[in-house]
Amino acid sequence: MAKGYRYFEAIEKHAGKLGILTAIMVSIGGLAEITPLFVEAHAITAVEGVKPYDPLRLAGKDIYVREGCYTCHTQMIRALRAETQRYGHYSISSESVYDRPHQWGSKRTGPDLARVGGKYSDEWQRLHLMDPRAVVKASNMPGYPWLAGEKIDAGDIVARMRALRRLGDPYTDEDLAGAPAALEGKTSLDALVAYLQGLGLPPEAQAAP
Amino acid sequence: MPNTETYNDRVVRLFLLAAAVWGVVGMSVGVFVAAQLAWPALNFDTPWLTFSRLRPDHTFGVIFAFGGSALMGTCYYVVQRTGHTRLALPKLATLTFWGWQLVCVLAMATMPFGITQSKEYAEPEWLIDLLVAAVWVSFGTVFFATLARRRIKHIYVANWYYGAFIIAVALLHIVNNIVIPVSLTKSYPVYSGTVDAMVQWWYGHNAVAFFLTAGFLGMMYYFVPRQAQQPLWSYRFSIVNFWALISVYMWAGSHHLLFTALPDWVQSVGMAFSILLLMPSWGSAANGLLTFNGSWQRVASDPAAKFMVMALVFYAAATTEGSLMAVKTVNSLSHYTDWTVAHVHSGAIGWVAMITIGSLYAMAPRALGRPAMHSKRSMELHFWMHTAGLILYVASMWTAGVTEGLMWRATDANGALLYPFIDSLIAVRPFYLIRFLGGLLIVGGMIVMAWNLWHTAEDARARLIKPIPVPIPEPEPHQVPAPVPARA
Ligand code: HEM
Ligand code: HEM
Repeated sequence: MAKGYRYFEAIEKHAGKLGILTAIMVSIGGLAEITPLFVEAHAITAVEGVKPYDPLRLAGKDIYVREGCYTCHTQMIRALRAETQRYGHYSISSESVYDRPHQWGSKRTGPDLARVGGKYSDEWQRLHLMDPRAVVKASNMPGYPWLAGEKIDAGDIVARMRALRRLGDPYTDEDLAGAPAALEGKTSLDALVAYLQGLGLPPEAQAAP
Repeated sequence: MPNTETYNDRVVRLFLLAAAVWGVVGMSVGVFVAAQLAWPALNFDTPWLTFSRLRPDHTFGVIFAFGGSALMGTCYYVVQRTGHTRLALPKLATLTFWGWQLVCVLAMATMPFGITQSKEYAEPEWLIDLLVAAVWVSFGTVFFATLARRRIKHIYVANWYYGAFIIAVALLHIVNNIVIPVSLTKSYPVYSGTVDAMVQWWYGHNAVAFFLTAGFLGMMYYFVPRQAQQPLWSYRFSIVNFWALISVYMWAGSHHLLFTALPDWVQSVGMAFSILLLMPSWGSAANGLLTFNGSWQRVASDPAAKFMVMALVFYAAATTEGSLMAVKTVNSLSHYTDWTVAHVHSGAIGWVAMITIGSLYAMAPRALGRPAMHSKRSMELHFWMHTAGLILYVASMWTAGVTEGLMWRATDANGALLYPFIDSLIAVRPFYLIRFLGGLLIVGGMIVMAWNLWHTAEDARARLIKPIPVPIPEPEPHQVPAPVPARA
């Protein structure tokens, strides 16, 4: 015991060494798991056909974030039979490459939304967001009636697209220039519905009408 | 030469007050959001009162405002007592108090208005994150500067845990919050999709590990022997557990993402390390409980010790459950359900809140210049209210979680799903009501504690407290760095 303890004492009696060793020990696990993902991430981004959100859906996604929909809804169908039976094909990495941050969620107070696009009509989605219990009597979801009266600020969305472009999302100059027209007269409710209706559709079907 | 160095307990008292206030606030928000899940009309169609905007206020309020204030306060108390030295950098220490309160107020005031990053447990936006980083670095500076001027050469194990908590949280906070700002109130993370999910749960899991576990273990390792009036059962065992805990925990984050689009190997590594985690978890729980061996009669008569014993039992229970839930077959049922919420709260209300309350009851009279808390009967009452509320909460959410898990996967003879989603919600609504009642009991107990503390603090309010002198031990030869001489 005595000998081994001597080395140990060197840590136990020196705050600096203790701190540095602690920092090293806590860093190893994270580095080992996250670094390979970074390398792989480049491969994932390259998938053909998945396009970044168009301006209206981008606005809608950020409203989804702002309202905190992720506190009750997931967007990650697990590779389990009961899940794919209920919600469709399990979710794959390339589907969320443009989600900053990801919206996978961790609690299902309501159902998964990863493939809810096209499941209901636009009209149903609007009604449901304004007053959930008007369409699903037993629901405990809050209503979001203020969305209908809120105009989207095109300048703000263009600034957001610029920031995303700096992070590597492939928005072109035409995309930026076209944004104000695409957002003309739209409300937060329109944007959120457009976002929901695009969730899980193949990229061709997502192109704005 | 007369010794005039005294402990700096002023900043400790401030944090004590803050912990009591935030405890009541954070848990009241918890009760309110619990009520909203049972009665959705309580959202009042008002943006900032809506469940989805308030839920982060609950988690931030209890973890960072209540837990954080208690951790920083006890940390300053413990590092002075175990090193026989006055707190270094007193101005900076006071600044960490006001800085942290500012962080908490800003975060709690912005999230209900939709200013959020939507990353669980890291919701506040980038400006607040910068402030957090500044306060945190100052906190670490005060802590390590005080350690450096200690007069006891051995660094007591409680400080190891506090130190690891400070270092790891700094690292996690910075890595998880790297963003590009769009405006004062909106930013995008540099990570996206799967990488963002992994970074987020590496953070989220280790926020549990180092904020809700390592920090509170530091509290436990000081206040449990103090309250049992016996030395730690095994000092050496506590050291082994320390290194095992801090090195294993960081690997386990991916158990939050089982069966998702995360690569399989990362999921398996996370599962394996989560099972390994049983060892240091049970180790610390056993070490704490065995420290009471030989003084169980004290526990019967001392409500603070009762809180500590129950906390350790729930620490053992929550970690056992956690390791179980990290097994893929179990997780396939429990993930996304209220079972996770039950696990969270058996850890949070059972372990975190109870060790905090026990330690506050142990520390408050000493820091407030009183022989004991104002009312022992109300401490006893608090213990039973908290325990009853905890059991109602956890039992109802376990039942709800298993019900949801089973209903979501149930199929008929042909293999078709048996229940539409809404049926599982209808089935668990009664349990949401029970959880709400449990929450009421818990908040009631917190109010009793706040009342008790208020009366115990009478002398402090009248500024009658005599600072406690630091006992100066015989100087040890050749200590590096040399201790600061007592100020004459
Ligand atoms: C009065 C006691 C409490 C009540 C009534 C309460 C209630 C709640 C409710 C209703 C939720 C949302 C669950 C959902 O979305 O389905 C929640 C989440 C949460 N609470 Fe509490 N809570 C209480 C105390 C605490 C304490 C003391 C802590 C921590 C120290 C805590 C930490 C959390 C965390 C981390 C979550 C998020 C769980 C997750 O994402 O899975 N709670 N709580
Ligand atoms: C050995 C120790 C532990 C292990 C292996 C463990 C494991 C787990 C697992 C597997 C999950 C479920 C992830 C999911 O399906 O989404 C989870 C969630 C969670 N655990 Fe633990 N746990 C441990 C201890 C604790 C303790 C002591 C606390 C203290 C409060 C705690 C707090 C949480 C929280 C807050 C979550 C919810 C995260 C979220 O979804 O928002 N855990 N844990």
